[in-house]
Amino acid sequence: MSAPSFAEEVREIAAQYPQSRSAVLPALRLAQERHGGWLPPAAFEEVGEALGLTPAYCLSVASFYDMFHLEPVGRHLVEVCTNICCGLEGAQGVLEAFERELGVAPGETTEDGSVTLRAVECLGGCGWATIVAIDDRQRRAVKAADVPALVEELRGA
Amino acid sequence: MPELHQLVLAGADERDLTRIDEYRAVGGYAQLERARGLEPQAILDQLQASNLRGRGGAFFPTGRKASFLAKGTGKPTYLVVNADESEPGTFKDHEILLRVPHRLIEGCLVTAHAIGSQNVFVYLRGEYLDCFEVLRAALEEVHAAALLRGVTIVVHRGAGAYICGEELALLESLEGKRGQPRSKPPFPAVTGLYAAPTLINNVETIATVPKILELGAAEFAALGTPDSTGTRVFCLSGNVVGGGNYELPMGITIRELIYDVGGGMAEGRPLKAVIPGGSSFPILTADEIDTPLSYDALAKVGTFLGSGVVIAIDDRCCMVQLGLRVAQFYMHESCGKCTPCREGTRWMVQLLRKIEAGEASQGELDLLLSVCDRILGKCLCPLGDAAAMPIASYVDKFRAEFQAHLDEGGCPFAGESSLEDLFAPVDQHTQQPVAVGVST
Repeated sequence: MSAPSFAEEVREIAAQYPQSRSAVLPALRLAQERHGGWLPPAAFEEVGEALGLTPAYCLSVASFYDMFHLEPVGRHLVEVCTNICCGLEGAQGVLEAFERELGVAPGETTEDGSVTLRAVECLGGCGWATIVAIDDRQRRAVKAADVPALVEELRGA
Repeated sequence: MPELHQLVLAGADERDLTRIDEYRAVGGYAQLERARGLEPQAILDQLQASNLRGRGGAFFPTGRKASFLAKGTGKPTYLVVNADESEPGTFKDHEILLRVPHRLIEGCLVTAHAIGSQNVFVYLRGEYLDCFEVLRAALEEVHAAALLRGVTIVVHRGAGAYICGEELALLESLEGKRGQPRSKPPFPAVTGLYAAPTLINNVETIATVPKILELGAAEFAALGTPDSTGTRVFCLSGNVVGGGNYELPMGITIRELIYDVGGGMAEGRPLKAVIPGGSSFPILTADEIDTPLSYDALAKVGTFLGSGVVIAIDDRCCMVQLGLRVAQFYMHESCGKCTPCREGTRWMVQLLRKIEAGEASQGELDLLLSVCDRILGKCLCPLGDAAAMPIASYVDKFRAEFQAHLDEGGCPFAGESSLEDLFAPVDQHTQQPVAVGVST
């Protein structure tokens, strides 16, 4: 049996909801995974097609949410929380260490396309500051001194 | 020293309660069996008698909220669990979901029985991938154990938007739209998800429900204080030795939480201020930390218990920089629907930048307070208030420090503040509308 198509997968998700439009966030997430971590215009056509929505509607939803990327991103995503609790515990130092090690500013992707660095709002780990999410896996109590090893790990991954 | 008193997190220190057999070994799902033998109203009566109040921040009595659900509408009744924990300073639901997922599921099934619902949706914040995996595995176990009895529990992942923790924005998002709040009335109890009667409760609230049945409402209500019954998973963070979640009876003081439970301030530094409730709420000075963590006691000092947060801030923190970073958060998260919030948060950021740089006039400090006034109570949802209340309180409680920025033409911390140059995500967006210049 062949793997289910994108539209089949989306319709299976949609069947969990009384109204199929509810599946637009999971469908966009799935499309993003399939398109290398971001949502090109074709993704909105695919999601729209599967759910009976216009591509423009799908874009309007995607653009509201932080976890959907409307521009290409690196193969890995490094996100440093710089909200107040992490900030009080040295998040700026952690962010700057990533900037140095990766050679990019927050919001940018390394030239080889391997890593995108972002500063993000609270990740819900305030008592375990500083929180860094690497490809959505949260690391707790990250210090600036830990950053070179984390980047090394990423380069090897 | 105040003793931990675990209800929601009970047993999780000793056992791996993410596994259904371990959870059953500590009495798990026994209350579900019992509840299913009871009349729904009997469970709602227990909730009312326990005086359980919402742990998400609004503190509304849970039993009363359930009693508002419209009946005989011919539509299904939905139970929605708000697991979109995003209030800065809050990370308790994160721990509850990771460590006691079955207690949440049991709470869902008991509550669903009590309100006659067959459909439960857990709106989980998108960033909690770890919780999603734990919850999914737990639900598979529950399914295999045939405990659902026709009830469906769908875990719906958000995609990164603070506003979706607001219940009406959450419903919009769950319906597949941008997460912008609706006006109320109508309230969700009448016109909620898919325009059907809907009960929305926080993770901690729902996870407390099985314990209320186990203890009985009277024993639960004997914990804590008369207005704030039971326990709370307090979120302690900031410049403390032992940041973390601590479940304790409500009514312990802020001082006890920081110094006795949390091991005190890091490096023995002096405490300067405490943010209770979460970043949306008015700040307290170090002189006010003998205030008990209960709804009434915090109301007396002009602030809130919110989501059970205590952020301890030491003497190295510049209050203008704190205000700027908090305002940048709300500017980033404002959904843009209501003008006072959308525009006001931008004005706040711009004015606070000028104050921090020592370039603001006296009139601009007044203007900052005026902007706060013009947001407060003038928007559909509480996000605007959540920006205005804390900023106004920082100026109110630390006026001399704000004034020093004006008088000295710069920050008195001279580059040594703990929040110095803290980068905010709002500054990495290239498509943000540019705020208009503020002049006096």
